[in-house]
Amino acid sequence: MGAIEVTTVSKRYGTCQALDRISLDIQRGEIYGLIGPDGAGKTTLFRILVTLLLPDSGSARVEGLDVVNDFMAIRQHIGYMPGRFSLYQDLTVAENLDFFATMFGTTVAENYGNIEEIYAQIEPFRDRRAGKLSGGMKQKLALCCALVHHPSVLFLDEPTTGVDAVSRKDFWNMLYRIRESGVTILVSTPYMDEASLCDRISLLQKGRIIETGTPAAIVAQYPHRLFGVSGKPAYPLLKFLRRTPGLLRCFSFGSEHHVAVAPGTIQPAELTTQLQAAGFHDVVVREIEPNIEDCFMELAKEERQES
Amino acid sequence: MNPNTDIIVVDELTKKFGDFTAVDHISFRVHRGEIFGFLGANGAGKTTAMKILCGLSRPSSGGGTVNGYDLNRDQEKIKRHIGYMSQKFSLYADLKVWENIRLFGGIYGLSGKRIREKSDAMLHYLNMTDLRDELVGDLPLGWKQKLAFSIALIHDPAIVFLDEPTGGVDPETRRLFWDLICEAAEGGTTIFVTTHYMDEAEYCDRVSIMVDGVIADLDTPAALKQRYGATDMDAVFRQLAYRAQRE
Repeated sequence: MGAIEVTTVSKRYGTCQALDRISLDIQRGEIYGLIGPDGAGKTTLFRILVTLLLPDSGSARVEGLDVVNDFMAIRQHIGYMPGRFSLYQDLTVAENLDFFATMFGTTVAENYGNIEEIYAQIEPFRDRRAGKLSGGMKQKLALCCALVHHPSVLFLDEPTTGVDAVSRKDFWNMLYRIRESGVTILVSTPYMDEASLCDRISLLQKGRIIETGTPAAIVAQYPHRLFGVSGKPAYPLLKFLRRTPGLLRCFSFGSEHHVAVAPGTIQPAELTTQLQAAGFHDVVVREIEPNIEDCFMELAKEERQES
Repeated sequence: MNPNTDIIVVDELTKKFGDFTAVDHISFRVHRGEIFGFLGANGAGKTTAMKILCGLSRPSSGGGTVNGYDLNRDQEKIKRHIGYMSQKFSLYADLKVWENIRLFGGIYGLSGKRIREKSDAMLHYLNMTDLRDELVGDLPLGWKQKLAFSIALIHDPAIVFLDEPTGGVDPETRRLFWDLICEAAEGGTTIFVTTHYMDEAEYCDRVSIMVDGVIADLDTPAALKQRYGATDMDAVFRQLAYRAQRE
């Protein structure tokens, strides 16, 4: 039995199909990522799984319990950190934590070992009101409140959105330590680079799962050859590449443009010569491995063409 | 130092809230026509500094100019002459596309005729002519953003401030949005942009990184990467931001 089993769940708001026959099978102790932009359906799925919203059709089980029939029992087993900061702003750090422990019929002392490592970082501010905390500290407090009753499944809805690159790294290190204690973690993120930090992921677009697998397996299925192309000036280079015949797709990835090429059509050296002849300088063309973001864009395109 | 080439000139700009110094004597220049990335960790003072540059908050001490207008004295003029767009708020969801354009055109003092010309040109450029009677709330996020960016430029400002314009957007839309930014920059508009996506920092001509209320470094992405022995801006950012003492 998996920790989370979702079978063809659909949910519609008016004319908007928020979830379209979603199925997932998440194993105990996995960090499982739902990767997709705003509007993909991530939050709707979370709300169904944490028993705050009913699906229109399909079924879902968490720790073997049905999200509709066993909703009260599920709530004892799960921790939930919603996307929006939802602690009591005018209670202190310590009061918030006490409140959540009490709601779950336990005490902070009883489960202190579970949160100690994270709580130690905000303990110096225990008497500060939650509303007065910085973004990073709010995030840590919210995680403590979601963990204080020793849940076996943790739901984290976009915990790192709007968080800077350094704090995001810290947060992921905390997740790895939580996983070591056997907790299953379902986490959503719009940041594609965080996909590679998960054990397995599903890519979501407009209510549909467009791919599921380990990050490595998804990358391995990328159908084209990929070149990393850099040169100056960068934006005119991008426009030039898009007009060049034989190149399938071209997008910027930081200091490089990623160019998808059909197998056996053009070699890096050939393209280098073409670009130099067109007047670009410092041209470098190299064959590269795709990342999850390349895969997402490719899969999203296929999905659009099919629908 | 040349006022003709620097659209933002900031000297010893400081903002205190009680005994907390959010922005601590920062000085920098933004050149006319460049894409300037304004990065920093959460709580570094970015938002506070940006509010002052947009005329929404007064410096505690120090000052400077934005497009020649004084940060301490000409706040109303600054507001009228800059463009601003943020991911959090930009357009009214329950107004139609053309109503949003008319509203913002009116706010910036454009004549009815000018607004009509502008909205026709804008919708044509964005390939959105058929969507003029749609509610903005019904548009896909990518369209909304493109429209918001174009509306932020409706009064032809010399500089536009973009506060995390691409947060939460799908990868392709995020890149198409940067195409618009690059097009506007090619047309001569100065771009001042904040982002948490470090790949986007690479698209900037120059980047500043704030840590604990001060500008820890400022240079071209290439120079920053070389200075910190990093292969990408993410690594540069992490080296600088890990020095942060405050949260």
